[in-house]
Amino acid sequence: MRAGIVSYGTYIPRFRLSVEEIAKVWGENPDNVKAGLGVYEKSVPDLDEDTATISVEAAREAIERGEINPERIGAIFVGSESHPYVVKPTATIVGDAIGCGNRFHAGDFEFACKAGTAGIQACMGMVKSGMIEFGLAIGADTSQSAPGDPLEYSASAGGAAFVVGKKRVIAEIEETLSFTSDTPDFWRREGQPYPSHGGRFTGIPAYFRHVTSAATQIMEKTGYKPSDFNYAVFHQPNGKFPVRAARILGFTKEQIAQGLVVGYIGNTYSGSSVIGFSAVLDIAKPGDKILLVSFGSGAGSDAFIFNVTDLIENYPRVPAVWDKINSGITVDYGTYLKLRKKIRLKG
Amino acid sequence: MIPRFWRKIKYRYDIVGSVCENCGSKFYPPRNFCPICRRRSKIKEQRFNGRGKVLSYTIVHDTPDEFKLNKPYIVALIELDDGPIITSQVVCNPEEIEVGMRVVKTFRKYFEDGEDGVIYYGTKFVPEKIATNAKNF
Repeated sequence: MRAGIVSYGTYIPRFRLSVEEIAKVWGENPDNVKAGLGVYEKSVPDLDEDTATISVEAAREAIERGEINPERIGAIFVGSESHPYVVKPTATIVGDAIGCGNRFHAGDFEFACKAGTAGIQACMGMVKSGMIEFGLAIGADTSQSAPGDPLEYSASAGGAAFVVGKKRVIAEIEETLSFTSDTPDFWRREGQPYPSHGGRFTGIPAYFRHVTSAATQIMEKTGYKPSDFNYAVFHQPNGKFPVRAARILGFTKEQIAQGLVVGYIGNTYSGSSVIGFSAVLDIAKPGDKILLVSFGSGAGSDAFIFNVTDLIENYPRVPAVWDKINSGITVDYGTYLKLRKKIRLKG
Repeated sequence: MIPRFWRKIKYRYDIVGSVCENCGSKFYPPRNFCPICRRRSKIKEQRFNGRGKVLSYTIVHDTPDEFKLNKPYIVALIELDDGPIITSQVVCNPEEIEVGMRVVKTFRKYFEDGEDGVIYYGTKFVPEKIATNAKNF
């Protein structure tokens, strides 16, 4: 048996902020924003939620669903660009919270929005080499955006966790590769509270170049064509880019619809493509073939080809990702500012 | 403060208490001595499953400074299905809570020791009816 996904879990915070609510404050037309971005609302974390708590909740769901003994998890990698500490790994917090003992490899990954899939690759390598039995890879974020910045419409919070192993695999990894270059399209310097970005003309040299190159190269390497896949999931910084990437590559709207979650929860950064992939696993059938391509600014893409196995039929998949997406409650912009601590308090 | 907290991480990140194997009494926070059995006590550490119901609650409107942003918040007595009665914060709007309501554990932040201090995490509860990660959603 090849290495693959043994179990998965997701977490999406309960609060939602609508495009209308943001546009009202900044004097913009919400219909133009929705038409331009393909985003209608985004998830907002509670005051007591951060990347560590989202990671733990997603990890616990994965462990519970897969009936994994946490002590058999030999590595934990948490990918995020909003780790609560700059120095002190989120993975240590996850390890103690899930009770996996002390003998595990751990580290935090950062590669903008693709750090979670980088974690899956690292776990896969360690599982295949026999170093560990199970690895836990998490992509989670409570992404930052400056008030009034276009990013504010989409930067949201959420995460997904994957137990990677060789036993009881529900989706085997047939192939994975990465396409990486030094492309400064989006960054956040040390000590800065909000990220900066190159603006509207970075799409083609950054997102589209990396996503389409990784996707094309993995299909060339394996000999598959778009019609061989039941589903495709591309990183979702907004609702437009993944649709256009799919069209460029020759995938249909039906192939990407199930995994296109950005419109209703926003861009969960390191959680983005992996929450979409989890939504696909929620309905996948044995024999289905799935293409997953993440993207992280800076820039790079990780491409994966998954084959869904027979074991998915008896794997518990409730609550589904779309149930979680649809169970949010809306907050107003003032509450959002308080929840995200964007209001400067005295003392 | 920091050493006091990190010694308790195991018990706060999850609901790890103790049970007296002599009389069956369950304790949270964990005790290393059973007050009923005394010298006959046989204490063993036990992880409780994190589900229970609200026995009573109070809504806190006048908060310590570090919880000012969180107000109003709910503190409840929760009877665990497989454990003792414990006190914990319940994360929901005050109008959503009621006595007898089913709740499930959730991992949350307790507070931050200023902007450059340690972040303290631990277990809180959330009503099962709004908990998207509860099994019986």
